[in-house]
Amino acid sequence: MLYPDTVEAEVLVHKLWFVATMFGIVLLVFMAFNMSGTGFAELMRPVIGEPSTSGLYGRFAIGFSIAVIFTLNVVLIGFAPLKLQIGIVWLELLLLFIAFFETFHLSLPFIREKLPFLISQGVVTTLYVSAISIVIASVIAVAGAVAKLSNNGFAYAIASFYTSFFRGLPLLMQVYLIYLGLPQLGFVINAVPAGILALSLCYGAYMTEIFRSGIQSIDRGQWEASRSMGFGFALTMRRIILPQALPVIIPPTGNQFISMLKDSSLVSVIGVWELMFLARTLGQKTFQHMEMLISAAVIYWMLSICLELIQSRIERHYARSKVR
Amino acid sequence: MSAQAIIEAKAVSKWYGQFHALKGINLTVHKGERIVICGPSGSGKSTLIRCFNRLEAHQEGEIVVNGVTLHGRMSNVAAVRSNVGMVFQHFNLFPHMTVLMNCMAGPMWVKGVSAAEARHTALKFLERVRIPEQANKFPVQLSGGQQQRVAIARSLCMKPDVMLFDEPTSALDPEMVSEVLETMTGLARDGMTMVCVTHEMGFARAVADRVIFMDAGQIVEEGTPDAFFGNPRHDRTKVFLSQILKH
Ligand SMILES: Nc1ncnc2c1ncn2[C@@H]1O[C@H](COP(=O)(O)OP(=O)(O)OP(=O)(O)O)[C@@H](O)[C@H]1O
Ligand SMILES: [Mg+2]
Repeated sequence: MLYPDTVEAEVLVHKLWFVATMFGIVLLVFMAFNMSGTGFAELMRPVIGEPSTSGLYGRFAIGFSIAVIFTLNVVLIGFAPLKLQIGIVWLELLLLFIAFFETFHLSLPFIREKLPFLISQGVVTTLYVSAISIVIASVIAVAGAVAKLSNNGFAYAIASFYTSFFRGLPLLMQVYLIYLGLPQLGFVINAVPAGILALSLCYGAYMTEIFRSGIQSIDRGQWEASRSMGFGFALTMRRIILPQALPVIIPPTGNQFISMLKDSSLVSVIGVWELMFLARTLGQKTFQHMEMLISAAVIYWMLSICLELIQSRIERHYARSKVR
Repeated sequence: MSAQAIIEAKAVSKWYGQFHALKGINLTVHKGERIVICGPSGSGKSTLIRCFNRLEAHQEGEIVVNGVTLHGRMSNVAAVRSNVGMVFQHFNLFPHMTVLMNCMAGPMWVKGVSAAEARHTALKFLERVRIPEQANKFPVQLSGGQQQRVAIARSLCMKPDVMLFDEPTSALDPEMVSEVLETMTGLARDGMTMVCVTHEMGFARAVADRVIFMDAGQIVEEGTPDAFFGNPRHDRTKVFLSQILKH
């Protein structure tokens, strides 16, 4: 959180001009839509009569009601304490999303039938492909960062060539190159290892840059202090520099992990039965694409949320030495 | 003097690129000796003492610390460094570790001392610098003077043969200077060998065996505090002393 001022600012959503503007905009937006065919219009029947014939008056009444509900909601939330505010807003946005998915008229039995397989095969594959890739990518990143910061010409050249190449090519192309290209050199490689290799190399390249900048952000005095006590390079790195670089490294690395989790879907193109692959194929036979795609979307999202939670926990852990 | 030499610098020269930062420095620090180095900004004081534990490399001449010659291809630099304590102007405590851990780290990781023993030593030296009650805080939670005293304790925990101080009080507020100087005076009284870059002339007068004045990479004048302050021989020394004693 930003470092808060001790003087409380006036709550924006309680300012008259803001509330009025918000009300006006919502009213106009919903008048612009024709809402007469919706469930909300049905609810308004006692006021506006038959929705489809209510015309401009109907539109206005619907827009007005929605604007009142919306504005009242926002103003009321403005009174709640911070934690509650966050909870309510999350909940409401979630409900809106569910309402959106409702409109697809998804077949729940079909989802229920396929979900166990989607999870036992798809999620498990996605998770282990990502997890292994994340570990390998992190190891590559530490080594790459050290190489890029070293004054050994070979190490620097190899590391910078590597990051340039793997950041410069689309991941999809890397997946193909490794899966189809390596066999030409005599290494026949299965789809899963090929996918893991591509993901690790690509994300290792991005994370090399993150780690490098994190390491560089540490004050020279820290190197000098630990050197002056007789710490060698490895010890200094492991005990002094990396632990201090971690708080700098973690937010962008968390980003990379989340992004890798989803980019692991790219290995579906070489036939790995992970979440995305199954989501596309399971619904194909019966043309129930949406069911599987939305299920997979929700699963991806939940997995990402897990990673977000882990990240925020770690961030809080490292914030300890900064508080006064 | 017949006492054992801990640091011997012979005709040491150092360049930063084209810039000649140290010009043929000769200096011997004997066991138990307290040396204060002063001089105008940019005269090479920091550079000199940073050469003593090879945080900086010298290009000409010879530096021998505890009988070991310092050079670029030495394999035992860690052993030399762990016997030379250094206190920095900006403390350079490890901010991600508690005060106690700052003091335990060196003995445990470099000397292989057990955690229990390292802890015992750390508490002893924190007591000595009079902040045992801060042991479990993080460095940012301490005042500047307290941080510098932790830095001193951290160095002491390595049981060094000599301590190097690089303007340990110049980043501190005036009211915190004295607490750090008192700690250093205590160390001197206990016989610690010290090389101290400082402009605290009261401290120099009280504890130094020798005061060294550097200018433009050379040792211009050296002598006992009485001779140095009472009867400076060189004009540059006189100008420098008149400038800093004015305040
Ligand atoms: N890393 C470096 N690269 C280039 N020149 C440097 C470097 N470090 C120091 N110098 C130069 O070497 C000279 C001596 O520097 P040094 O830090 O030893 O001075 P000092 O006597 O400690 O001064 P101060 O009292 O300001 O700390 C200065 O002129 C400085 O500009
Ligand atoms: Mg200096």
